[in-house]
Amino acid sequence: MRLPLLLLGAIAAAALAMPLVAAALHADPSSVDLLDRFAGPSAAHPLGTDELGRDMLLRLLEGGRVSLTIGVAAALTAAAIGTAIGVAAGYLGGWTDRLLMRLTDAVIALPLLPLLIVFAALDLRKLGVPHWVADSAAISLLRIVALAVLIGWTTAARLVRGATLVTRQRDFVRAAQSLGAGTLHILVRHILPNVMAPLVVATTLSVGDIILLESVLSFLGLGVQPPLASWGSMLSNAEELMNSAPLLAVYPGALIFLTVIACNLLGDALLARFDPRDPARV
Amino acid sequence: MIRFAAIRLVEIAAMLALMSFVIYGLIGLMPGDPVDLMLTSDPHLSAADVARLKSLYGIDRPLIERYLAWAQMALSGDLGYSRLFSAPVAAALLPRLANSLELLGSSFALAFLLALGLGIAAARHPGSRLDAAINFTAFAGISLPTFWLALILMLIFAQGLGWLPASGMGEAGSGALLDRLRHLVLPVATLTIASLGGYTRYVRAAMRDALGQDHIRTARAKGASELRVVWHHALRSALVPIATILALSFGTLVSGALITEEMFAYPGMGKLIFDAVMGNDYNLALAALLLATAVTMAGNLAADLAYAWLDPRVTYR
Repeated sequence: MRLPLLLLGAIAAAALAMPLVAAALHADPSSVDLLDRFAGPSAAHPLGTDELGRDMLLRLLEGGRVSLTIGVAAALTAAAIGTAIGVAAGYLGGWTDRLLMRLTDAVIALPLLPLLIVFAALDLRKLGVPHWVADSAAISLLRIVALAVLIGWTTAARLVRGATLVTRQRDFVRAAQSLGAGTLHILVRHILPNVMAPLVVATTLSVGDIILLESVLSFLGLGVQPPLASWGSMLSNAEELMNSAPLLAVYPGALIFLTVIACNLLGDALLARFDPRDPARV
Repeated sequence: MIRFAAIRLVEIAAMLALMSFVIYGLIGLMPGDPVDLMLTSDPHLSAADVARLKSLYGIDRPLIERYLAWAQMALSGDLGYSRLFSAPVAAALLPRLANSLELLGSSFALAFLLALGLGIAAARHPGSRLDAAINFTAFAGISLPTFWLALILMLIFAQGLGWLPASGMGEAGSGALLDRLRHLVLPVATLTIASLGGYTRYVRAAMRDALGQDHIRTARAKGASELRVVWHHALRSALVPIATILALSFGTLVSGALITEEMFAYPGMGKLIFDAVMGNDYNLALAALLLATAVTMAGNLAADLAYAWLDPRVTYR
C-alpha cells in the first residue's frame, strides 16, 4: 500500500508544483519556440522540447493536472450519484428498487466506448448552446467528466445497494427505527458509514479507469482540446511524429500507465485491508 | 429457464427499439449534416438547391417522422445507403464484421488460454513469489492504455526492427494468406496483452475459491493426484464463473477492438463505427451501433444462461 500511495503522491505533488517548476525554468507549458523544436534534454529543458518547441516537462506536468483533476472529479461525482441511487434502491425497496436496478443493468449492458464516441462528438450548438460556451475549454473538460459519470455511477450504485440491503436488516438499524428515527437520519448515520469501505475501494479503482477513458477520448481528438494538454492529447500529437521523435510518445503514455497502475494497486491494497477474510479477490 | 430466456429476448428487442430511437436522435446532433457536406464540396449550390436537397433527404421533417420512416424501412430489411462506402449499409457492414470477428476471435482465444495457465499457476500457490509476480503483471496489463501499447509495439516491431507491417490488412494476390497473417500479428498481440490481465485475475480468483472447497479436501484425502485435483475437481467448479466471463466477452467481439483497429488501420467494425460517426454517415453509424448493442446484449444473456446451466443451484424465475 505504501508504494502506490507514494507514487500517486509524487505524481500529484509534481503536477501541483507545475507553476513553481515553470518559474524555475523561466517558461510556461504553452510558450512556443519554433527555433528550438525537438530539442534534447538540457538545463533549460530537462526532458527536451516537443514539435512546437514547448518544454516537455512542463507539458507533462500540465497534462497531469488536467488528467488527475478529471479522474478525481469524475470518480467522486460518479460515486456520489451512484451512492444516492444505490441507497434509495436498497433502503426503499419495492418498485423504486426494481426501476433503478433495471436502469443500472441497462447501462451496463451497452457497448460503452462506441456510444461514448457518439456523445463526445455531439455538437452542443445544435442543442442551442451558444458557440462561445460550446467551444470553451471548460466545456471540453466538463464534457469528459459528464461522460465518465454517465457510465461510472453503476458500479457504486450496485455496491451500495448490496451493502444497504445487508445493513438495513441489522439490529442497530431496527433499534433506530423503533426509536422513531427518520429515514434520512438512518440513511446518513447508520447505513452510509457501513457502505463506506467498498465504496472507497471502488472509487479508487475508478479513478484509474477514468484516466484511461479520458486519455482514449483525448487521443481520438474528442476529449481535452488544445491549447490545454492532457496526457492523452499529447499522445495524439506524438503519434504523427513517431518516426522523428519517439520519446514524445513514450513519456505521456508511461505517466498514464504509472498513475493507473498506482490507483489499481492502491484499490487492491485497500480491499485487502477492509476485508481481510476474503483471500480470493477479483 | 425457457420462460426466462423468452422474457429476456423480448426485453432485448424493446431495448434495441429504444436505443435505435436514442441513437437516431443523437446522430442528428453531430456537427454538420450530409447536405452541408455536399455544399462544401460544391460551392455552386444555391439556397434553393439546398432546400430541395434537404427535403429530398427528409432533413426538414420533424425527428419523430424521420425516425418512423427509417424504422419502417429497416424492419423491411432496407438499412439505407452508406455514403462513405457508396454501397448499401449491409454490404458495407458484413465484410467488416467478418474482419473484426477474425481479429477478436483469435486474440480472445489466445488471451484466454494464456490466462487459464497463468491463473491456475498463481492460484495453486497462493502468496508465493510466482503468485505475486503473476498478480502484478496482471495489474500492469489492466493499467496499460491500449493505444499506447499499440504505439509502442509499432515503434519496436514495425519501425525499429522492421519485422512486421504497422497497419492495414494485407493485399490480395500471391502469398496473400501469409501477408494477412503478418498484418494480424501486432493487432492480435495488442488485444491479447490488453485483455490478458483481467482474464488472469478472474481465473485466479475462481480457482482459489474452487481449491478452498470441501470436496477438494475430500479428493486429496482419497489420494487423488495433484494433477487430477487441479484439472478435474477444482477446474470443474471454477468453470462456472469462468464461463460467465467468457460469455460476457462474446458481447465485446463486435466493437471491442475500436481503439486497436483505429491504431492499426485494421478494417473492422470498431474502425467502421468511428469513421461512420466522424464522417456523418448516418445510416451506417446507426446500423453499426445497433448491431454492436445487439451483440453485447446477446452476450449478457448468454452469460446468464450459462450460469444457470452450469450451476444447478441457480434458477431463474
